[in-house]
Amino acid sequence: MTDVLRVEDLFITYQTSAGGVPAVRGVDLAVKKGEVLGLAGESGCGKSTIAGAILRLLPATTEVKGTITLDGENILGMKPGRLRAVRWTGASIIFQGAMHALNPVQRVGDQIAEAIVVHQQAGEKEAQIRVGSLLEQVGLPTRRMQDYPHELSGGQKQRVMIAMALACSPSLVIADEPTTALDVMVQAQVLRLMKELQRDLGLSMIFITHDLSVLVETSDRLAIMYAGKIVEEGPAEAVFHEPKHPYTSALAAAFPEIGDMRFRGNPTGLGGDPPDPQEIPSGCPFHPRCPVAFADCERTVPGLYSAGEDRRAACLLMEDAKSGVETRG
Amino acid sequence: MNATDAAATPGGGLPKGAPILEVEDLHVTFQGRVGLIAGLRGQKGTLSRAVDGVNLQVRKGEVLAIAGESGCGKTTTARAIMGLQAVDGGTIKYEGKPLPRNLKPYLRKVQMVFQDPTDTLNPRQTIYEIIAEGLRIHGIDRGPNGEPEEQLVARALSHAGLRPPDRFFLRYPHELSGGQRQRVVIAGALVLDPEIIVADEPVSNLDASVRGEILQLLMKLREELDLTIVIVTHDLGLAWTVADRVAVMYLGRIVEIGPTEEVLLRPLHPYTRALLDVVPEAGGLDRPILTGEPPDPTRVPPGCRFHPRCPVVVTGKAAGLGIEAACKGEDLGLEEIKPGQFAACHASRQLGAEAALAALAEVEAAVAPEPISQGSWSSDDQQGDPDTSPEG
Amino acid sequence: MSTAQRDPAREATPELPTSHKALTRKRRKDSLRRVWKQYRQNRMGIAGLAILLFFVGIAIFAPLLASRCDLSPICHPDNPALSPPSAEFWFGTDSQARSVLSLTIWGARVSLIVGLAATLITVFIGATIGLVAGYYGGWRETVLMRLTDWFLVIPFLPLAIVLAVILKPSLYTVIFVIGITSWPSTARVIRAQVLSLKTRGYVEHSRALGSGDVHLVARHILPNVGPLIFANTILIVAIAILTETTLSFLGLGPDPTANISWGTILEQAFGQGAAYSGYWWWIIPPGVAIVLLVLSFTMIGYALDDVLNPKLRSR
Repeated sequence: MTDVLRVEDLFITYQTSAGGVPAVRGVDLAVKKGEVLGLAGESGCGKSTIAGAILRLLPATTEVKGTITLDGENILGMKPGRLRAVRWTGASIIFQGAMHALNPVQRVGDQIAEAIVVHQQAGEKEAQIRVGSLLEQVGLPTRRMQDYPHELSGGQKQRVMIAMALACSPSLVIADEPTTALDVMVQAQVLRLMKELQRDLGLSMIFITHDLSVLVETSDRLAIMYAGKIVEEGPAEAVFHEPKHPYTSALAAAFPEIGDMRFRGNPTGLGGDPPDPQEIPSGCPFHPRCPVAFADCERTVPGLYSAGEDRRAACLLMEDAKSGVETRG
Repeated sequence: MNATDAAATPGGGLPKGAPILEVEDLHVTFQGRVGLIAGLRGQKGTLSRAVDGVNLQVRKGEVLAIAGESGCGKTTTARAIMGLQAVDGGTIKYEGKPLPRNLKPYLRKVQMVFQDPTDTLNPRQTIYEIIAEGLRIHGIDRGPNGEPEEQLVARALSHAGLRPPDRFFLRYPHELSGGQRQRVVIAGALVLDPEIIVADEPVSNLDASVRGEILQLLMKLREELDLTIVIVTHDLGLAWTVADRVAVMYLGRIVEIGPTEEVLLRPLHPYTRALLDVVPEAGGLDRPILTGEPPDPTRVPPGCRFHPRCPVVVTGKAAGLGIEAACKGEDLGLEEIKPGQFAACHASRQLGAEAALAALAEVEAAVAPEPISQGSWSSDDQQGDPDTSPEG
Repeated sequence: MSTAQRDPAREATPELPTSHKALTRKRRKDSLRRVWKQYRQNRMGIAGLAILLFFVGIAIFAPLLASRCDLSPICHPDNPALSPPSAEFWFGTDSQARSVLSLTIWGARVSLIVGLAATLITVFIGATIGLVAGYYGGWRETVLMRLTDWFLVIPFLPLAIVLAVILKPSLYTVIFVIGITSWPSTARVIRAQVLSLKTRGYVEHSRALGSGDVHLVARHILPNVGPLIFANTILIVAIAILTETTLSFLGLGPDPTANISWGTILEQAFGQGAAYSGYWWWIIPPGVAIVLLVLSFTMIGYALDDVLNPKLRSR
């Protein structure tokens, strides 16, 4: 089973007037063909940075170290020409706030066609036909390609963004908070659409959001990020229902299942705030807010230890933490 | 209300559980704009019936959640309660008396916590000034026991969990985190010693791990300070966590209201059921999702306003029950289907609670889509996936 | 209040170490110091400030630098007329044998007084109209904005000329005319800002607390419009000075026997054909002075904008 995407030892540091800001501090990820990986975390954890890094869309001054392999090719070492060709055909992104990413003075059909034509996958006429079929795939009538963005509702615009992402038949689609701004009903529709497409086309997907419940619904595997590192990883349902890392428990508690009496009348949350990337606590970055922290947590930086079958967690409470044996994904 | 309830509240005031706020037949309509020429011709803008006949009783000491999608009128209702929104019909009563023209004394008793803490705080004011503003507007320079203004501000900050309070006096909002800002907003509401707090999406702009803390704070304050809390939210999970009762709104009306456990686990209105179906969770994508146009307050359907999208009508069950004509033509209000639980639904009204639950479940199964097969798509698992086609 | 009925044991009333009022005052002083420090680093701002202070100094100390008598042609009947710059007359003399240097020094007074006074009127009218129109909306806004548009549309110079003629040219007339005709742009700018501020969460929050209009405007709208008004004012002064110069140049300025303005100097110079006849020393000093003074205000305005507007600061 080949990995569509492999990330190894990724370190990303932004350069700002205040110095270097370490957004990603040693991340290993893998996405298999046809798999959906959910990447969860709150503000400042680095998840959106990783999305940008995969296609090298980060600001030029950003320091990126490590390896990113897409379909067997090394992204970070690619020459600009090849990178441009790979962008959108190898992997495409549905951005956060995608609804505002549409050009208001261009018809949506043309915007989708642009991606196809730029990558010389088809001439103009043929591109139009492809656009029509793409719109059908996302559940919009073909005549909609003549519309301007303002003539579409939020959910419809999101479907256009999805169509755009699929335009060049990529192997990997990265969705960064694609449904955050949508109403619950529309969100459900769009999520279902994305899942159907993913199955029908055998897409691999990285789904990035802070909403764990959405990830449990859509992903096969979950990776939870905190302060630039992965703190837990494993099959989606297992991680959500039986978290091994205290942060995952806290995050999951923010999205209680209706009917779960443990949370009835009992809102659970953490004190403090997600750490500023420029002021990451020593040792385990989560220790100031951790309900089960002990003395060692302040001194020792945990690695990713085995937390069960096919699961890893970066917590000193894990068995393997004592021996220091880390599990690579 | 019995004697024990009245005795439970020290010093009098309304007994716990008595209606402290009553909303009767509330109407708020917005008029759309018209171009100059059209206006001269006598055309009027489209009428948007944002709040279209809301009846609500808020009981002292309870946490009431008003839930619904955007555009259902929940925020407008909350703002109308606060006097921030002009009302086109109906009455709002506080402690049994209709609201006076001069809302100022009423506003001392009812405070609002807004959604976006960053926007709610004036970036040019210190935290002290922000909190003291309420006191100054109402001309309070001493507390009931003669405490100076500074002590009142400090006390409010302490209650809201910002300790030691004087450390926050001179800070500016941009120096605080999101959670702290929302605590400042809550402290600002507390300083006037209100009876009721109306919170509009109090945690949706905050980081997920911080939300629980703020909700915990609200519940603690309810206990310690005898508060009544009304929370407007789109998140039913939030209602599950903190609310005693839930009111579900659709297109300007409350369509179901009752104790949280009943409404969220045994809903009697098809819309409530539909909302619950789309709450994300494992396996959720295989549950039915409402089709049809999202509700438009400028085009309220006749009869039951939910009928064009209602699965009971769409599957023909309504016809089977003989209520189709009623659903399409007869508008109805909340009726008590079960003690304490009200729904505005012809089917529930006719069938009664037990049968209605069964009927709604049956209808839901009928409209459920084809399940998207679970399991990882890989060559090893292909045998279990009849719906997916292999891709080269 | 029902506080007395709540459990006093649960409410700790903390002791406060220092009066918060004193701390606030110190904080305000610190923030002013910070603004000045940042302004200091802006070279354009410092240059502008230096030039402005120079002219203000000249204006204030005019009687010490050049006797008032110098403005009258009868004072020094022995002066050579139209003589180029020399050791005795640094800027030469004009057709009435007056020292151009003295004229220029005294001219600073008129320019600054008119500039500042007219600006005060402009900003007061403009800000009030902008505030009322933006805050209240409705018919008030419609009426006020149409009035503003009317004033904006009328060509300034003909209106100023007509007004000046009707009211008879004098220092006060000039101030009045400039004030009356320049407020529309301020009104528009302020109104736009107020409109955007009205939608801010904290304005609604204040209303939810029970505040009335006056409190809202005083505590929330004005402080946030303040910096804009201030920056706008600086530029209005520059425009007012230029306008006064123009009016004086056209002969509509203050009575030249009472007050000499740079514009009037230029008017007289051109009237005597200074440009053609090559009496450059008569034209250049007042001309350069006008440019420098107006420039100084503009430079200060830009620097202040940079310092006060956090979005422009390079962070």
